[in-house]
Amino acid sequence: MSILAARGLKKYYRSSGGLFLRGGRLVRAVDGVDIDLEKGKTLGLVGESGCGKSTLARLLMRLEEPTEGTLEIEGTDFLSLKGGELRRARRMIQMIFQDPYSSLNPRLTVGSTIAEGIRIHRLARGAEVERKVGELLGKVGLPRAAYSRYPHEFSGGQRQRIGIARALAVEPDIIVADEPVSSLDVSVQAQIINLLADLQKDLGLTYLFVAHDLGVVQHVSDRISVMYLGKIVESAHAGELFSAPLHPYTEGLIASIPTAQPGRRIRAAIRGDVPSPVDIPAGCPFRTRCPKAFGRCGEDAPGLVEVSPGRHVACWLHEG
Amino acid sequence: MPEELLRIDSLKTVFHTEAGTARAVDGVSFTVGRGETVGLVGESGCGKSVTALSIMRLITDPPGRIESGSIFFEGRDLLSLSEKEMRKVRGNEISIVFQEPLSSLNPVFTCGEQIREAIALHQKLGRRESRERAIEMLRLVRIPDPEKRYGSYPHQMSGGMRQRVMIAMALSCQPKLLIADEPSTALDVSVQAQIIELLAELRDSMDMAILLITHDLAVVAQMAERVVVMYAGAVVEESPVRELFASPAHPYTKGLMDSIPRLGQGLERLPMIPGTVPDPLELPQGCRFSDRCPQRFDRCAVEPPLFELPGGRRARCWLRCGRDA
Repeated sequence: MSILAARGLKKYYRSSGGLFLRGGRLVRAVDGVDIDLEKGKTLGLVGESGCGKSTLARLLMRLEEPTEGTLEIEGTDFLSLKGGELRRARRMIQMIFQDPYSSLNPRLTVGSTIAEGIRIHRLARGAEVERKVGELLGKVGLPRAAYSRYPHEFSGGQRQRIGIARALAVEPDIIVADEPVSSLDVSVQAQIINLLADLQKDLGLTYLFVAHDLGVVQHVSDRISVMYLGKIVESAHAGELFSAPLHPYTEGLIASIPTAQPGRRIRAAIRGDVPSPVDIPAGCPFRTRCPKAFGRCGEDAPGLVEVSPGRHVACWLHEG
Repeated sequence: MPEELLRIDSLKTVFHTEAGTARAVDGVSFTVGRGETVGLVGESGCGKSVTALSIMRLITDPPGRIESGSIFFEGRDLLSLSEKEMRKVRGNEISIVFQEPLSSLNPVFTCGEQIREAIALHQKLGRRESRERAIEMLRLVRIPDPEKRYGSYPHQMSGGMRQRVMIAMALSCQPKLLIADEPSTALDVSVQAQIIELLAELRDSMDMAILLITHDLAVVAQMAERVVVMYAGAVVEESPVRELFASPAHPYTKGLMDSIPRLGQGLERLPMIPGTVPDPLELPQGCRFSDRCPQRFDRCAVEPPLFELPGGRRARCWLRCGRDA
């Protein structure tokens, strides 16, 4: 059952065009994306920088208003909510950010940071707030003494735990995690991934896990969607996507990951750079870098079609 | 074993801060052979980048200071050279490529001009010749349309292209040693693979040694012949690459390898190293890794030396005392 459903989400920005130019060019950051989050499951969203994955995450949080499209959370039209209704609905979906250094207020103690959401949403009052915060600290593996300390006294991994406790404080159903482990060291990264998995099991949370590291995404996700230049180009069960990728971009990404096996020379499977989102190639957006591009790819863009149950791909090679 | 090119001996680099003295590099020794690629691996704060900056003598003093030790390059101790002599070594014989190409390039000069300047300075070539050589370098690092790209400013290029420019600049004087400090970390996966492939090809064709500094064991597995693992300012393990991955000798190396999520692995919990890297201001007594080590025992209260193991391996762990790797 899907707890969050987005249809045809688009976010276009007008670039400023520089100091001496008037008007700007249209940046199609998110260009018609459908997303379904299944209750209690994790959807991994992968893509390289500039593919629109973070913008998409912000649209789902309504930190940005979409140019077009619909968004339903638990059956309510999230985009039409205003004022108090929106504030109440926001409790359902919370975010964890990439940079645990800049996403915490340096002037607030850890306790007040976590308590803020509880107070705003009136989930507890008085001494009860403090008890709840203490419980949350325990849940994310921080000592109770952290309550009255400040963010700068903690390491990157511990700060990410604070960020997780803050997100959990308002008892959300959905967590949007935008590159939650990419700024952490390998040994700490594993701790946070395991913590997120434990919390999901205990609390029945639904995750959207946004990351560029395919190894990490594969480990945490039930399903994975691959984004390229504002569009989803492939979506499948995690295992399937890696064992038999259908889209040439997915295939190239998987082949580009260095493996920890000595002697295996790395192969740059995708040539060139991601085109600028103001200058998206006509037709299939990936065709300029695709080793399998042919005539049709330059003519029109392939849509995302279901090629087998639960398996979607946008490529003329896999048409229906 | 290739002939020795670089030998670092008991290097100690410290930073004096208000909170105390941080022993960033605390008695590090290793060598790099001619034409050899050595991976220097560790997590943030382990001292790998400070080691690189010490080799180049780019430690800002104060607050930093190379306290003791020596760095022999082709038999000369770099630490005893005058600043003027050192300037001839930098860029000419040893070059460095940093992680963030955008902040390493000057935004107000074209990329080509910056490479040309490096060439003109070190090789005493005229404007036309150095320009031609710069274009040649751009072609070497596979920048398409190098004549035209010569006139591009850093902001007009993508991250991958800028890193190619940095590599072109670093290699323009055909150094004997290239220090690559996280050369592909800031790049996207697809571009990261391109840069590593390029570095590997250039190393083979130019016959230079590379000291590859990275936190990414997979990148090391692909490129290095020998690996030096650092933890909290000290070398904890050194080994040829195959042996390291086949049987890590130090519990820290093993922990690092196990905690990387691998493709094709199921959804079971990731093995992890508990705790965090120690504060360089307050290094633990005894073995630096002991407070996080699953195999700790009473001897770990005393810091172990770097034991020599068969097969050219070394490990700083009491478990390896008098045993085979």
